[in-house]
Amino acid sequence: MDMKFKGTKPSRRSFLTGALAAGGAVASASVAQGQATPDPLITEKQPWRQFLGAGVDEAPYGMPSEHEAHVIRRTVPWLTADPISSINFTPLHELDGIITPNGLCFERHHGGVAEIAPEDHRLMINGLVDKPLVFTMEDLKRYPRENHVYFLECAANSGMEWAGAQLNGCQFTHGMIHNVMYTGVPLRLLLEEAGVKTNGKWIMVEGADAAGMNRSIPMEKALDDCLVAFKMNGEALRPEQGYPLRLVVPGWEGNMWVKWIRRIEVGDEPWHAREETSKYTDLLANGVARRFTWEMDAKSVITNPSPQAPITHGKGWTVITGVAWSGRGTIPRVDVTIDGGKNWHQARMSGPSLNKSMHRFYYEFEWDGKPLLLQSRAHDNTGYVQPTKNELRAIRGENSIYHNNSIQTWYVNENGEAENVEIS
Amino acid sequence: MLKFLKIFLPAGAGAASMLSLAYIAADQFVVDIPAPIREAIELNAAQAQEAKEAKAAAAAELAARNEELAVAGLAPSVAGGYGLGRDAMVEEIAAWDDDVRPDGQGLPEGSGDVWTGEEVFVEKCSMCHGDFGEAVGRWPVLAGGFGTLTRKDPVKTIGSYWPYLSTVFDYVNRAMPFGEANSLTPDEVYSITAYLLYVNDLADDDFTLSNENFTEVRLPNEANFKDDDRMDVEFPQFVRPDICMENCKETVEITMHASVLDVTPEETAARKAAEEAEAAAESAPEAAVESADAGIDPALVAEGENLFKKCRSCHQIGEGAVDRTGPHLNGVVGRTIGSNDGFNYSGTLADAGAAGGIWDAETLGAFLANPKSAMPGTKMSFAGFKSDEDIAAMIAYLQSAGGQ
Repeated sequence: MDMKFKGTKPSRRSFLTGALAAGGAVASASVAQGQATPDPLITEKQPWRQFLGAGVDEAPYGMPSEHEAHVIRRTVPWLTADPISSINFTPLHELDGIITPNGLCFERHHGGVAEIAPEDHRLMINGLVDKPLVFTMEDLKRYPRENHVYFLECAANSGMEWAGAQLNGCQFTHGMIHNVMYTGVPLRLLLEEAGVKTNGKWIMVEGADAAGMNRSIPMEKALDDCLVAFKMNGEALRPEQGYPLRLVVPGWEGNMWVKWIRRIEVGDEPWHAREETSKYTDLLANGVARRFTWEMDAKSVITNPSPQAPITHGKGWTVITGVAWSGRGTIPRVDVTIDGGKNWHQARMSGPSLNKSMHRFYYEFEWDGKPLLLQSRAHDNTGYVQPTKNELRAIRGENSIYHNNSIQTWYVNENGEAENVEIS
Repeated sequence: MLKFLKIFLPAGAGAASMLSLAYIAADQFVVDIPAPIREAIELNAAQAQEAKEAKAAAAAELAARNEELAVAGLAPSVAGGYGLGRDAMVEEIAAWDDDVRPDGQGLPEGSGDVWTGEEVFVEKCSMCHGDFGEAVGRWPVLAGGFGTLTRKDPVKTIGSYWPYLSTVFDYVNRAMPFGEANSLTPDEVYSITAYLLYVNDLADDDFTLSNENFTEVRLPNEANFKDDDRMDVEFPQFVRPDICMENCKETVEITMHASVLDVTPEETAARKAAEEAEAAAESAPEAAVESADAGIDPALVAEGENLFKKCRSCHQIGEGAVDRTGPHLNGVVGRTIGSNDGFNYSGTLADAGAAGGIWDAETLGAFLANPKSAMPGTKMSFAGFKSDEDIAAMIAYLQSAGGQ
């Protein structure tokens, strides 16, 4: 029975048949208390105990167990006009710790995945510099490197939820995020190499893909903590993450982290490119649009239980876990409620607390089998506390698409099944 | 941070100090120097001293900065850079530096009028954006939407929302047409931009846009963009050290359920399809592959696959292919023309199919060589393959990837 729940989400249909499933879940829980007949998995000899398994080199590049085949990125087809300029989502409900495995990092492309051999890649710096320069990948790897763990969140993460609860699963509501360790060269060193002229206040970064993705970034940020990265989690960037070279813009919206970066132009003004005017601007209720909303506000979500990961063990000890992050720094504290915000409990933070990285939290409790209304709220190191959806709507209306960092609510019914809801 | 950069700038001061040093050296041997010259030399000496001090200060600043960086575990700077990379050539910069800003920086010489723009737009853009920018399917709407920004479902178009015309030029030039980016001439981009002004009622039909008059055009919504004010408007409200932890509200009601909308993609359905495909692949392995590939040159297929990148923005082929902007191409070789159920073909293709036309090497070859002349009125915007080899490769690929 337990296995059946795995990787499925309770749609309205399965919700209706949920009662049936509950019987099984409860039964298995009671069985765990006192075993009636011996477990054949223990009493009978299993083939894996007897016969040899695969040798080394069976898979020169290792892959996850076949039992994890459901742990994949998923897309929401109706979101975009076509599958090339589109998006898929990280399966947050299947992950733990703070690092996202490379193959599960969500993808967002505007012109598909550019296929570039590293020896064919060039990075140019031009504009208001003393020396316009061209770098090869080999050149870049001769600069001092830095390693940093940063989250990358798409500004449109949770964007479908402004007008109301829409998607059943934290993969879909919050999965436009990943958190990996980057290895790369500080952008500062490359700009110093070219010599920025005194009136160079902005840079424009441009990708080598079929979208020619371009964004403006203020010089102060460019010189502060941006990286030109070629590795993620120790290995080369995945093609869909910008192989062989991408920009890393810590704490700022994902669209600025230009993949396949090929050019940096220094200028005295911003460019107002399409992705910072028509898109990635936040339209408020009064018709005014905020632009250059780069920083990602503090945010958190409970990943388990959640609609794709219901409670399958019945009453008793239950682990609530989730992730939190802030574009302004670290997350010293996350509060969790199981009664829809009447009472809050400080969650247990576990794992490294790194600047502009994802953080992991846990809250363990004894479930009494009654329905739950689960929420988490992040506090970042500036004292900012993640707001409710209604608090954000009061300021921004429902049309701003981007930067929805509000508190997420999951309703968990008696069967342990979870649903995306909004509450008073 | 900007200050930090400036420490690399006083290089010019070095030359001045050299000159002053020469004067000072000369001073040792010349006894009788007229007063004005002597004063000038003294001034130069003072300047040299200043430059020297500035240089020392810069070096000290760099050293201090590097110490800070080292403590933070960050990479050190080197005065004047690491000496890596090479000078970019003028031709190289010209080849890549084609971005355009609101102040007109980057605009190429050229011009285009509304009527030419309409022709180009209908040929190259309308299959996604509609003839008048009204859009097909979920592709972006480019025209109209005035007065909708404060409504529930705002229509954000070039006319109703975009702040700058330069963005239209820059984006069309760098990213359009979708699937064949960077293929338009400057005149074509000017004409498309002029046409987009026209369909937004922002230009008359006799309007010509050029690098000369470009910056005179202002879009109506420019003033409604404001820089991010979250730090002033939101941040203070959400810094809440004493946030409630106990008995924070009396009652809680569910006000909205996602399951009412039920728009979540069905994982089980997707998984079932994948399992079925896997089972099919296992049960009928080589036979199917052989029959499809019999006699097809794999090199030609690979070449065709590469060429298919030009088609991918509109057409799908292979497992799970469905109709998009263009029909799916599974089994297209040997299929009746215009025969995908549910796809809205142009009249010409539908008629050709009704008359019994089949996509074979001959009809497909002619269509791929010049779609508009082989099937006048087709909505397919592709201009056609230039070489017979490309056409053969494409047909080989369609046959191989889509089956027969």
